[in-house]
Amino acid sequence: MLVDLAGGWNPMLGRLAWSQIPYDNPILAPLFVAVVIGTIIILGLITYYGKWTYLWKEWLTTVDHKKLGVMYIILGLVMLFRGFIDGLMIRTQQAWAVGTHSSGVFGATHGYLTPFHFGQVYSAHGLIMILLAATPLLVGFMNIIVPIQIGARDMAYPYLNALGLWITAAAGALIMISLFVGDFAHNGWFGYAPIFELQYSPGVGVDYWIWTMELVALGTTLGGINILATIIKMRAPGMSWGRLPIFVWASLSANVIALTSFPALQVALGLVAADRYLGAHFFTAGLGGNLMLYTNLFWIWGHPEVYFVILPAFGMMSEIFPTFSEKPLFGYITMVLASLAIAGVSWLVWLHHFFTMGAGPYVNSAFSVATMLVGIPTGVKVFNWAFTMYRGRLTFNAAMLWAIGALFLLLIGGLTGMMLAVPAINYMVHNSVFVVAHFHSMLLVIVYAIFASVIYWFPKVFGFKLDEFWAKTMFWLFSAGTTLVFVPMYMLGFMGMTRRLDYVFNTAWHPYLLVMEFGIVVYMISVLAFFALLYVSIRDHAKNRVGTDAWGTSRSLEWLTHSPVPFYNFAVLPHISTRDEVAWRRDNGIDHVQPDHYEDIHMPNNTGVAIILGGLTFVLGFALVWRIWWLCILSLLAIMALVIYRSFKGDPGYIITAAELEEMEKDAMRREAQIGKQHYRVGGGVLGDAIAYERSDLPPLASQPGSSVGLDHRS
Amino acid sequence: MSSPACNVDPKTAELWDKGHYQYDVISTRTLGYFMYLLSDGMLFATLFAAYGVLSYQHSYFGGPTPADFVKPWYTFVQTMALFLSVLAYGFGMNALKHKNKSGVISGLLAAFVLGVLFLMLDIHDMTHLASLGISVATSGGMSAFIVLTQVHATHIFFGLIWILVMMAQVMIKGFTTEVVGRLLTLRMFWHLQAIIWVFVYVFVYLWGYMS
Repeated sequence: MLVDLAGGWNPMLGRLAWSQIPYDNPILAPLFVAVVIGTIIILGLITYYGKWTYLWKEWLTTVDHKKLGVMYIILGLVMLFRGFIDGLMIRTQQAWAVGTHSSGVFGATHGYLTPFHFGQVYSAHGLIMILLAATPLLVGFMNIIVPIQIGARDMAYPYLNALGLWITAAAGALIMISLFVGDFAHNGWFGYAPIFELQYSPGVGVDYWIWTMELVALGTTLGGINILATIIKMRAPGMSWGRLPIFVWASLSANVIALTSFPALQVALGLVAADRYLGAHFFTAGLGGNLMLYTNLFWIWGHPEVYFVILPAFGMMSEIFPTFSEKPLFGYITMVLASLAIAGVSWLVWLHHFFTMGAGPYVNSAFSVATMLVGIPTGVKVFNWAFTMYRGRLTFNAAMLWAIGALFLLLIGGLTGMMLAVPAINYMVHNSVFVVAHFHSMLLVIVYAIFASVIYWFPKVFGFKLDEFWAKTMFWLFSAGTTLVFVPMYMLGFMGMTRRLDYVFNTAWHPYLLVMEFGIVVYMISVLAFFALLYVSIRDHAKNRVGTDAWGTSRSLEWLTHSPVPFYNFAVLPHISTRDEVAWRRDNGIDHVQPDHYEDIHMPNNTGVAIILGGLTFVLGFALVWRIWWLCILSLLAIMALVIYRSFKGDPGYIITAAELEEMEKDAMRREAQIGKQHYRVGGGVLGDAIAYERSDLPPLASQPGSSVGLDHRS
Repeated sequence: MSSPACNVDPKTAELWDKGHYQYDVISTRTLGYFMYLLSDGMLFATLFAAYGVLSYQHSYFGGPTPADFVKPWYTFVQTMALFLSVLAYGFGMNALKHKNKSGVISGLLAAFVLGVLFLMLDIHDMTHLASLGISVATSGGMSAFIVLTQVHATHIFFGLIWILVMMAQVMIKGFTTEVVGRLLTLRMFWHLQAIIWVFVYVFVYLWGYMS
């Protein structure tokens, strides 16, 4: 219908047919069986323990930003695992299929993946890692931390927040089901025109790719609006712009990018869909289409997107370094300006992804210079972190190790990025694995920052610390894997190995590829260490309980409320007097002062509408992929009807009375008293020296009671 | 171990919010909606960019160009219908200030009728194009022309449904905070679509007619 399709189409099932189920595929069929058995076991366990009501009431219908954030992070970790398995498959194929004499199994001439299957694997790997692992993980952290750091009870729009999560989850479900029903795109995660046109990709793979990305884009735009409005409108009294924790500034800059850039992706993919579904000629090779229009539109979103994921990671590092250096962040103002500058410049560099388009020396030079400009604010950040640690009292716990690891990777990725910003070099290494190694270094900065944050904020969310030994073991294994995989990859890039090879012709590269294969096995062991970390930590959780300030040296507002954070965040909203409010209260011995009286607070009700809408968007996406038009119309109508129903019903919310609040607060304080005295370290001369190095023009600490570093922070 | 400069005396500092700190529901919602409209604006900006790239002579591949079929006066009627619809909505909002229920509903009704007129003219225009054998599949230039104008029309369609819903809500629920907030956000949406239409009319229809 609408366009001529290869293969059958019927009004009832669209393009769906038994032949689309890859039951004869020796890799997917056993996986499918395993997934089915796993699902049955999980569902059975939930039923056996009678947890369905709990799950529905406490998690699936929740509008609590912390629980939604946790679910975002779980979704992100699951997809990170799936993306990692794709990476393992890519590495194994490239280590196997080298030279004409290499063997082949499962229908492949060389290695174990056919070229078409290999194309799907690397496309899915890229798309999943960027949009369904990094993005939900970071959005999850922003969701949990930003409202608490600014002293809010919830996000500005709690219901919209839930909707964003379930739409993102629908996208994840869509890409997962492409494993077992139909196939996935083989055009790389960013797509090439005109290979994704119906003429050259007649299957449903490209359609899965389109609608997965469209759904993520929708979910992330909604989430971005929510976080921006929360930061602008929901700050506690006294929380002026100059006192915002730096992670909040990073989230603000990142979500400005999300808000403005994701529509470009939606249009770019919408136009691909117009080509494939309506027979339009936006990106076709003939009839007036323009191939490079697609590439430009995609990267106009794509480059801001990579800064959308790196900025929150920078924000996380900016929280972790001061806490474990026992010093305020060096250069707060410059850090804020650097974040905003990176967000701004992100819009001016998209063409460096395709210098080889042939835009000419003037255009290429302009984009080259713009790209190098990014190095300035990023360099400011790196030096700020270095100076934060300089002469601080460093604690090398697992969170700090991950953050320092991120710093090293940022250095490597940043310097290779500067090399790639030179068009002359870029022409040499374009489409080589050097580029792949570069952007993996950058994305690993994010992964390192995320694991640092998992360790750093875990006690805040769950009330107990993760096990240090396993967290450190995982760090060292992961770092060994990183070195073993990506150092040879840089080298192969210089030797001229191009990316996405399903068959490597040059046997001289084989040793390097084997080292990389060994590296990915080490990565695999670090994943096992992560599972061990979770198991051991949950087993010993009673031992590792923490109070309000889990690390004893933390600085920002989230450490003022109980751990785990009660669902209302703060019984009474704090009044903010300074930047690093918690550190200030602790230094002045007023960190345990509790409010003297409570007042009623108003909270939003849970709602099942969000998850049902998420389910309907999944059905809509699936129907669009398979061109089941009646189902498209039906699910669209159902979505509209549900939205209208919800808008009529509204949510009056409910009231927690002051008495109930007092009771819950007393319980929390009693629990914390049982944990015993928190390991505080009060006083100490470290800062006196640090100030002397930071601002030699300031009078010594003794003459400035209760103060003072850097610029004047009064606002 | 110390904290940044603070001129507040910790002994007398106000540590917890004493007043009834409340945020303004309507302004929070309108701010969020304004940001959604920014993203909607970016969506149209991207479509305009695509139209710009695909409106060279070669983009039409020797087939029909907008100059062959655009009738400026026809589209001018559409423009007036949409502008008057926005104006009628504005009168409705004026009535809202006086808590005048029937005034709001008649304003919304007039806006709805004029919006339907706009949409019917657009559909008529599209069927006319179809009768000439022109569709998105004709050429890259025509794809850009039709998709840009029809994405705008889709916005109008959903706006019309929203106007109907709001008429019902004003009648059933009266001027609650939520309803007033939605009336304001709908006004922003409707106004933005008219602004986008100005660009569509000038850069797509008039420019296409002239070239």
